[in-house]
Amino acid sequence: MTFRDVFQNRVDKIKQGGQEKYHESNKSKGKLFVRERLQLLLDDGVDVEDAFFANCMAEDLPADGVVTGIGKINGQTVCVMANDSTVKAGSWGKRTVEKILRIQETAIKLEVPFIYLVDSAGARITDQIEMFPNRRGAGRIFYNQIKMSGRVPQVCLLFGPSAAGGAYIPAFCDVVIMVEGNASMYLGSPRMAEKVIGEKVSLEEMGGAKMHCSVSGVGDVLANNEQEAISYAQHYLSYFPANFRGKAPAQASKAVKASGRTIREIIPESPNTPFNMYALIDKVIDENSFCEIKKYFAQELITGLARIDGKVIGIIANQPLVKGGVLFTDSADKAAKFIQLCDAFHIPLLFLTDVPGFMIGTKVERQGIIRHGAKMLSAMTEATVPKISVIVRKAYGAGLYAMAGPAFEPDCVLAFPNAQIAVMGPEAAVNAVYANRIAALPEDERIRFIEEKHREYQEEIDIYRLASEMIVDDIIDPDQLREQLVKRYAAYEMKNITFTERKHGVYPV
Amino acid sequence: MHEVRATMAGSVWRVEVKVGDTVEIDQEVVVIESMKMEIPILTEKAGRIKALHVAAGDFIDEGDLLVTIE
Repeated sequence: MTFRDVFQNRVDKIKQGGQEKYHESNKSKGKLFVRERLQLLLDDGVDVEDAFFANCMAEDLPADGVVTGIGKINGQTVCVMANDSTVKAGSWGKRTVEKILRIQETAIKLEVPFIYLVDSAGARITDQIEMFPNRRGAGRIFYNQIKMSGRVPQVCLLFGPSAAGGAYIPAFCDVVIMVEGNASMYLGSPRMAEKVIGEKVSLEEMGGAKMHCSVSGVGDVLANNEQEAISYAQHYLSYFPANFRGKAPAQASKAVKASGRTIREIIPESPNTPFNMYALIDKVIDENSFCEIKKYFAQELITGLARIDGKVIGIIANQPLVKGGVLFTDSADKAAKFIQLCDAFHIPLLFLTDVPGFMIGTKVERQGIIRHGAKMLSAMTEATVPKISVIVRKAYGAGLYAMAGPAFEPDCVLAFPNAQIAVMGPEAAVNAVYANRIAALPEDERIRFIEEKHREYQEEIDIYRLASEMIVDDIIDPDQLREQLVKRYAAYEMKNITFTERKHGVYPV
Repeated sequence: MHEVRATMAGSVWRVEVKVGDTVEIDQEVVVIESMKMEIPILTEKAGRIKALHVAAGDFIDEGDLLVTIE
């Protein structure tokens, strides 16, 4: 064989990945080969690939089970690392880890987004001394991720398992997209759980995509298949700048969705009757521009990216249709991370408020609802991007605070004409203040008394009174909301402030 | 058999079905009142109402069984 043949043979072999039987098994599960995934994700595949020959002296470890390189998504340069599950189940050896570290360090130098395509069984236990405890061991991957957080967007596409320590890769990403049926995350496998704590559970139940995207909240987006997951990632990145120094590019403005009811028609008369907040969002944003995050988790609060007049904003909206729009531990947590994500990359915020407050009762107190609520307030307060707070219908108690109420320096608080801002709703307030007097009254006088106090309370919290006291900055016609937002975001565009000088706050986590 | 459970703690405001009624998917079967909000409880499966486990005015906790559908 000539040198040329030897070279070509080696290249071809490495390009093929692991043994045929593993390719077959992946195919039967609807999983694409790592190089096919990258071809789909990147505009022209991987443009630059280093350490292609990593571990090439070993017979069966092509590229040491990971492809790392630089490519483009929507024309934007990005760095990628992609596990090859046909090579020892995508497990990590010494060179696998070193390759991941080097491409992360490249992303830091270039200040470009990083995409993790994860499909890995975790550490190669046989190689542990070389890849686990040392300065450039797997721990360093997480160290780098934490350093990259907020500097460049980090996206995790989860196509298979992300086990044990490896499960922290998704945890440190901005967004985790999971393919239903194949993706999973867990610290200890079901087999281990059975051995240690006697628990009998399936992988799907313990760490499946559906569970993580609806119960634990470690997953953000549930995809039906790999193609769908990849398109979501491409779409998601179009809302972000390359790094924290810039702003996401604007697109051509599109009109709102034409069909459907007006905002006036969407909001019911009674403050207690639920309505669908998605319908209102549709009437504010450019048509089809909503990119939702955590759709199936803590659904009483909606979080997502959108465009208004072509420019990117982040929406935090109470959903009265689910649990009355009341804030819980999970919804507060969901809001906190989303607000931090937007603030890190200069995405202005829009709060659409219709909230009866935070949930009460022993169950939520034991879950630490005060601590979780504090997390949301803290993230919202520290966000220095333009913040617009819209009181759609009601903002009671700490719900007003959490949704960027007047004390938290939003750039403005706008209210609809039927909005109510109060410590609590009229029924609860009358009961709290007059419970003893009501009980002492003869039965036939009670209803009249309650109604009178109710009316007085309504007068006290009248929205025009709050506007007169300059508590809200404007009262607007609901169907003028979009127009107002376009003008106001344009007016606040130059906002560039620092929250306060210090090392960092002590986060109420 | 399908069990419809409370999505949050509160009290039962209205029960919208009777034993023997047939229900569609996403049909409102119970309305809970909590934090002064009406919380509609919808079915996840179609079928016939086998049993009602609550009545208007009952206090309920998150996860309590409300209606059984067969």
